[in-house]
Amino acid sequence: MTATKAPTEPPSQQRVVRRPGDRVFAGTAKGSGIFILLVLAGVAAFLISEALPAITASAEDVPGGEGLGHYVWPLIVGTLLGAVIALLVATPLAVGIALYVTYYAPRRIAAAMGYVIDLLAAIPSVVYGFWGLAVLAPQLVPFHQWAADNLSWIPLFAGPASASGRTMLTVGLVLAVMILPIISAIAREVFSQAPALHREAALALGATRWEMIKMAVLPYGKSGVIAGAMLGLGRALGETMAVAIILSGGGAATLNLITSSNPSTIASNIALKFPEATGLGVNTLIASGLVLFLITLAVNMLARYIVNRRADFSGAN
Amino acid sequence: MAKRIEVSDLNIYYGNFLAVEGVNVSIEPRSITALIGPSGCGKSTFLRSLNRMHEVLPGARVEGKVVMDGQDLYGGDVDPVDVRRQIGMVFQRPNPFPTMSIYDNVIAGNRLNNKRMRKSETDELVEKSLRGANLWNEVKDRLDRPGSGLSGGQQQRLCIARAIAVEPDVLLMDEPCSALDPISTLAIEDLMGELKERFTIVIVTHNMQQAARVSEQTGFFNLNGVGQPGRLIEFNPTEKIFSNPDQKATEDYISGRFG
Repeated sequence: MTATKAPTEPPSQQRVVRRPGDRVFAGTAKGSGIFILLVLAGVAAFLISEALPAITASAEDVPGGEGLGHYVWPLIVGTLLGAVIALLVATPLAVGIALYVTYYAPRRIAAAMGYVIDLLAAIPSVVYGFWGLAVLAPQLVPFHQWAADNLSWIPLFAGPASASGRTMLTVGLVLAVMILPIISAIAREVFSQAPALHREAALALGATRWEMIKMAVLPYGKSGVIAGAMLGLGRALGETMAVAIILSGGGAATLNLITSSNPSTIASNIALKFPEATGLGVNTLIASGLVLFLITLAVNMLARYIVNRRADFSGAN
Repeated sequence: MAKRIEVSDLNIYYGNFLAVEGVNVSIEPRSITALIGPSGCGKSTFLRSLNRMHEVLPGARVEGKVVMDGQDLYGGDVDPVDVRRQIGMVFQRPNPFPTMSIYDNVIAGNRLNNKRMRKSETDELVEKSLRGANLWNEVKDRLDRPGSGLSGGQQQRLCIARAIAVEPDVLLMDEPCSALDPISTLAIEDLMGELKERFTIVIVTHNMQQAARVSEQTGFFNLNGVGQPGRLIEFNPTEKIFSNPDQKATEDYISGRFG
């Protein structure tokens, strides 16, 4: 009985057999983990140290002459507005696409559709920007006009309508198309992994296909969809080129989506202003970058919190 | 509630592959019918054809008739969804919905059938079903916890509670104890003895002692070789199957000479 025999020496002094392969792998994994933390810390340190002059500067020295908060606030509103429109439009669409591909489409069509949607992710954002500017914006002008005429009681559509269609609404829709492949790819992946065991349990209770999806697929895939949506939101928040091309920017903070005097977004503002910025102007732009960093961090933490809140019921146990 | 199932000349196909051939059998109400046989002989396929669950796989179809108290389950206008609401099923591996609480698991089927139920009604139904599955005393204090936190045997009884909560006419069980330890198995077998007062039960099992212990009728499935269709070799009272079977193949199988 080895279990009852007193150990001849304290466990800490026992020789543990360690294989070289294990050691190499553990070392590489640990190194990778530390490396990513170092990179993150480096970026954060750079942002904070470069932003500090703008944060501490007196209000009249900051571009705009009314302080950092006044400078960044419209950009924050613009950034969040565009990203939220994109998320609200893209998420339901992506979930629908993912469900169609995994549970409704004939197998051949499903595979073809998967490729086509992945292809959307391969289009450079400059192309999206030009598409938004040259194709989508003019097409949306009649809708802008209609919204200004009929929906002006909603602050989002207060008008006056832009004649060019280069508005926050157009930007949001372009961003929606851009993040669609990310969300739908992840949703497709998690939906297809919903256990057959639970799908059959639902069907055996007399569930229709849609009820089966509601009982066994969507709850299982929920955290994955949230994760995908957050990845998409991250891309929408940080998208630079497409927004810079479409929006004229420079407007004050407003929720009005259809006017031509929109605020820009943080990322596109940095891209447009950076080449000509000097002195404190550079620090101000970096400070706005720090704000974007913090927003993205907060969004990710919120998503993590939502996913973990009902961890017991996630099916992972 | 319990109903009789008459199966005549049933062939089951997966695509072009004939999986089960020529089954004729009459399954009695308020009794337990056991299906035994070696792996791959088609007994599970046959069981799943009784509530059209085999149709989950693409290309699955049947020829022949399955009639439950005069209602042809494969009639042209019969929706498999309705069939499954009348014929419940318990699977080999316990499969409570992990994203639902114990309470919600029990009434999952009822929520499908009629959306609006008063809280007092569902409370009553949950207690009745869990008592029916001999699980009430073990879980009554944690009905709001996830079903996946229970032991394997408890999970399986939760699945039985879920299946009987909708008051089906027939209960199909596909090797319900094969993932469980002997004590949990005994609990399920006792439960089956109680449930047969109210339901028609058909159970597939690899455990011949279990078939002998719980069932009134036993069917023996076999196949001639790999790629050949499975057939119902013999269907007789359990006592006769295990003491004096009509077929040589049955005797060989239950005496352990093959399979």
